[in-house]
Amino acid sequence: MARAVSKRTKVLNTTVAGALGFLLFFPILWIIILSFKTEEDAIRAPLEVLFDSGWTMDSFSAVQARSDYLKHFTNSVIISVGSTLLGLLIAIPAAWSMAFVPSKQTKNILMWMLSTKMLPPVGVLVPIYLLFRDFNLLDTRIGLTIVLTLINLPIIVWMLYTYFKEIPSEILEAARMDGAALREEIIYVLTPMAIPGMASTALLNIILAWNEAFWTINLTAANAAPLTAFITSYSSPEGLFYAKLSAASIMAIAPILIMGWFSQNQLVRGLTFGAVK
Amino acid sequence: MGDKRLSTKASQSTARLMLSPAVLLLLGWMLVPLCMTVYFSFLYYNLLQPGSGSFAGWDNYYWFITDPSFKDAIYNTLMLVGGVLVITTIGGLGMAILLDKPMFGQGLIRIMAIAPFFVMPTVSALVWKNMFMNPVNGIFGRIVTGLGFPPIDFFGQYPLASIIFIVSWMWLPFATLILLTALQSLDQEQMEAAEMDGANWSNRFFFIMLPHLARSITVVILIQTIFLLSIFAEILVTTNGGPGTATTNLTYLIYVSSLLQFDVGMGSAGGVIAIILANIVAIFLMRMIGKNLDA
Repeated sequence: MARAVSKRTKVLNTTVAGALGFLLFFPILWIIILSFKTEEDAIRAPLEVLFDSGWTMDSFSAVQARSDYLKHFTNSVIISVGSTLLGLLIAIPAAWSMAFVPSKQTKNILMWMLSTKMLPPVGVLVPIYLLFRDFNLLDTRIGLTIVLTLINLPIIVWMLYTYFKEIPSEILEAARMDGAALREEIIYVLTPMAIPGMASTALLNIILAWNEAFWTINLTAANAAPLTAFITSYSSPEGLFYAKLSAASIMAIAPILIMGWFSQNQLVRGLTFGAVK
Repeated sequence: MGDKRLSTKASQSTARLMLSPAVLLLLGWMLVPLCMTVYFSFLYYNLLQPGSGSFAGWDNYYWFITDPSFKDAIYNTLMLVGGVLVITTIGGLGMAILLDKPMFGQGLIRIMAIAPFFVMPTVSALVWKNMFMNPVNGIFGRIVTGLGFPPIDFFGQYPLASIIFIVSWMWLPFATLILLTALQSLDQEQMEAAEMDGANWSNRFFFIMLPHLARSITVVILIQTIFLLSIFAEILVTTNGGPGTATTNLTYLIYVSSLLQFDVGMGSAGGVIAIILANIVAIFLMRMIGKNLDA
């Protein structure tokens, strides 16, 4: 039932919420603007930047020239997409079996998986670092992909589980009555219904992996560093080159901002382990 | 049907087979490093001193806890977690209530408000540090001097507050989004009935809205606490834990002793302490989520 609201109230709500939303978004907007300015313009007063300076794409090429930016961008893509695919590969069978063939242990297994996510990363920093050193995995994309797969695996299993749970079992029973074998049941009945949930899970996981900033920083150096770790090289004094910092930043966050746009509703389910839907 | 769903003997064993890779991998991921951390924490073990590795008893724990920087780190961790929780929970509640009202362009305003969540921690921290909190060229710096005040070196004078501010900006969208989702499941007719019965806004807020949101607020607080205990990148790129130990939290302290001072024993002892602290929070969170599974 929609409530009749006066137009004035609506305008007032829009103004207040719009102003707050704009303030929260402003830093992102600002780096978008500064990334198209020259260094000299970027450090001028904000109003001069806006109304009294030209636009240029130079910062983007400067960032690429300074240190192979695209390599780190590629690292981010490979590590986040790779860990997501690997995670799905392991999690889909697990979530499927718990959702459709639950046993007495299912709840305990789910809770235990969740508990591994509660382990603070710094608590196992030393052993992981030493294991990586001994197995020559430090600063490799494969090593980082493995770690990110494992830290996000509980979230993937949980999210998929909550989605699979929503598929009514009556449909599966009907398929079975019609003589479908388990394999056919999975391919023709379950998969089409499960694809939206799997897509949201993948999207959220790519976002989480892309922005992960503890293991990526501690386990990589020049070679395998994804953007999270690469951006730290701008901490100082390069951070004072606003235009270059902005250009490097905007390229690092743009793909995720766009994905986030699409996944904002699934985000809640994924990050609260189904506790808030 | 319901509970049993597809259980037959054959499918039970297939199910176990399908579950085992995930379980075994997570078991390994949890147990191997955990046991190593506990083991190392009882050794004199420094990577710079080859041949070290004799049994240390509780020495590492003793030295880690009695070090003055441990007290600072605990204080900073509590301030950081507490400060961000207060700001994001109250701010998120306000934003959620606001965004739930009828307005024009709701979708656009909502995406603007939650966008900070998608910005990677290192970018957030660097952008705020350089482009806003720089005393001379930063926007905040310009506002301060423009108003005639002496320039403020935010990270020198108010280091912890500055980091709390940045982290709050990153986590406010999370609280907003979850509370907004919860708010949208609130029965509007109940609110309207209360309004017609003459309940004013604060009555409706305290007696209908808050009780409805209580669970979600708890979830927000617990999940954020888990993540906030592990804040690392924001500190690394802004202050490196300084000045002195002013912004060193427990995570950062352990990082310093293990990867910068190469003291594996000491770092591991710190790691065990961090795990124990996180588990205290985790127990409460797990209980809440577990209840939801039965429902």
